[in-house]
Amino acid sequence: MKHKAILTVLVIGAVGLIALYMTIASGGNWDYILPRRGMKVLAMVITASTIGISTIIFQTMTNNRILTPSIMGMDSLYMLLQTALIFIVGSGSAFIMNRNLNFVVSVLLMMVFAMLLYKLLFRKEGANLFFLLLLGLIFGTFFSSISTFMQVLIDPNEFLMIQDRMFASFNNVSSDLVWVALGCIALTILWMWKDLKYLDVLALGRDQAVNLGVDYERVVRKLFLVTAVFVAISTALVGPILFLGLLVANVTYEVMKTYRHSYLMAASALIGIIAVVGGQLLVERVFSFTTTLSVIVNFIGGVYFLYLLLRERS
Amino acid sequence: MVSASNVVKFFGKKKVVQDVSIQVEKGKITSLIGPNGAGKSTLLSIVSRLITSDEGEVRIDELDVAKCRGSELAKKVSILKQANHMTLKLTVRELVSFGRFPYSQGKLTAEDERYVDEAIDYMQLTDLQHTYLDELSGGQKQRAFLAMVIAQDTEYILLDEPLNNLDMKHAVQMMKVLRRLVDELGKTVVIVIHDINFASCYSDNIIAMKNGRVIREGTVNDIIKPSVLKEIYDMDINIEDVNENKICVYYA
Ligand SMILES: Nc1ncnc2c1ncn2[C@@H]1O[C@H](COP(=O)(O)OP(=O)(O)OP(=O)(O)O)[C@@H](O)[C@H]1O
Ligand SMILES: [Mg+2]
Repeated sequence: MKHKAILTVLVIGAVGLIALYMTIASGGNWDYILPRRGMKVLAMVITASTIGISTIIFQTMTNNRILTPSIMGMDSLYMLLQTALIFIVGSGSAFIMNRNLNFVVSVLLMMVFAMLLYKLLFRKEGANLFFLLLLGLIFGTFFSSISTFMQVLIDPNEFLMIQDRMFASFNNVSSDLVWVALGCIALTILWMWKDLKYLDVLALGRDQAVNLGVDYERVVRKLFLVTAVFVAISTALVGPILFLGLLVANVTYEVMKTYRHSYLMAASALIGIIAVVGGQLLVERVFSFTTTLSVIVNFIGGVYFLYLLLRERS
Repeated sequence: MVSASNVVKFFGKKKVVQDVSIQVEKGKITSLIGPNGAGKSTLLSIVSRLITSDEGEVRIDELDVAKCRGSELAKKVSILKQANHMTLKLTVRELVSFGRFPYSQGKLTAEDERYVDEAIDYMQLTDLQHTYLDELSGGQKQRAFLAMVIAQDTEYILLDEPLNNLDMKHAVQMMKVLRRLVDELGKTVVIVIHDINFASCYSDNIIAMKNGRVIREGTVNDIIKPSVLKEIYDMDINIEDVNENKICVYYA
């Protein structure tokens, strides 16, 4: 009962913020403003909920509340792709200018990378999830280093283009992509629907999960792919938001105080929406676009991360 | 019946379980004894499919553990490991309810709740059922985990050092509970146990391991003998008959 009440409050908060975002300073220009803002809101909802839910799933799989899916190195790969494209074919090329093409290429590349990681790892049975994370971390650092290397060499004007891609932004999301992303996510959720019940048990750790009859290797493999799809889509849609997942997931645990993933996942999506829409309102109305959402999220996320680390130690 | 045949397990290059074949009799308590590092926990983990063996096979009532569906096995065999740490914040009752997962898949029915009540009652945790696990003592936590296994209601119950952290009274209670599970409910229990006197007083059969091999197996009377124990533990152990139980004296 208590959990349902909290969820209701979160729904009211999220819907309220969305309504505020849609209507604030409208100037009566509804025909123009509503569809435009509507698309942005939809993009924010997609990003926020995929990041929230995928972080919860990822942390349950790894039994760790400080890791986020970004440790798999997919967002570094995204940055590398953007940098390399601008570096090699230039900012005028179709890959950069055509957002739809860029989206498809980015998602495909990230998925191929995730599949490779997973093939490498699950080739032999009983492989260790933490080995996969370590590999992801190494690849991620490797990708970032190459990106930085290219960014140093690049023409400063072109570098501005890259910088634009380094931070998530909802300001010019294409509406086609929003629908494509929504479709992919809906399909993914359908695909994993029957396995969601295992999450509660996975949180007990591998041995208990096996003891209780979970086909551990299969379920973890599937959830790993789900996480990868979510991360790939949200990153390709708006760009990387590193700390959002960590922030949202941990606030969710704090608020919900339950082990039940049906509640945790719903709450994480709602809290994500509140954070992103609220943050975007701040960016647009308080800072009048002088800063970006990523900067705000990374700042708050960073402080929160330190707080978590300090609290764990005491 | 649980039977393992020619089981081999390597950790790296080290052969931790060497060609082990055992048969566990149905409806009995079988104790697995032996010095530290003998491979007892490893063998139990293989039997319960937590780890896979490199060679050999394990059958539980004709089901091949390596091939059978996990969800089927979860209704037949349960395992409690030597060390259980829990990162989740759960109450005793929530933990015990997890034992019903193989049947309810997370949605508890009235019947599941009844099993949970009984299991909590069996382990005398009724007063503590709404307490969080991280607020319990080591022994209370151990009992909570055992209650979860009881709620799982499997025919075969494998326990790795279930007396860990228990005081004398609760250790005796625990062994009596296991005895009841076997005598009243017809379960088959396999325990890894270091306290040789508990093994002697409460079990039906004993399997002794050393250096990855089974060196002796038999009834309590076959194993609790100075000559056999000397072979297992490399020490001289006197055995006294006290109230029809064989008690090993090895403290001095
Ligand atoms: N995960 C592992 N990786 C490498 N070696 C291991 C691993 N687990 C156990 N071993 C080794 O296997 C051997 C047997 O270990 P096991 O835990 O089965 O012993 P045990 O008989 O249960 O001992 P104890 O009475 O101390 O619990 C030991 O030498 C141990 O060092
Ligand atoms: Mg052991």
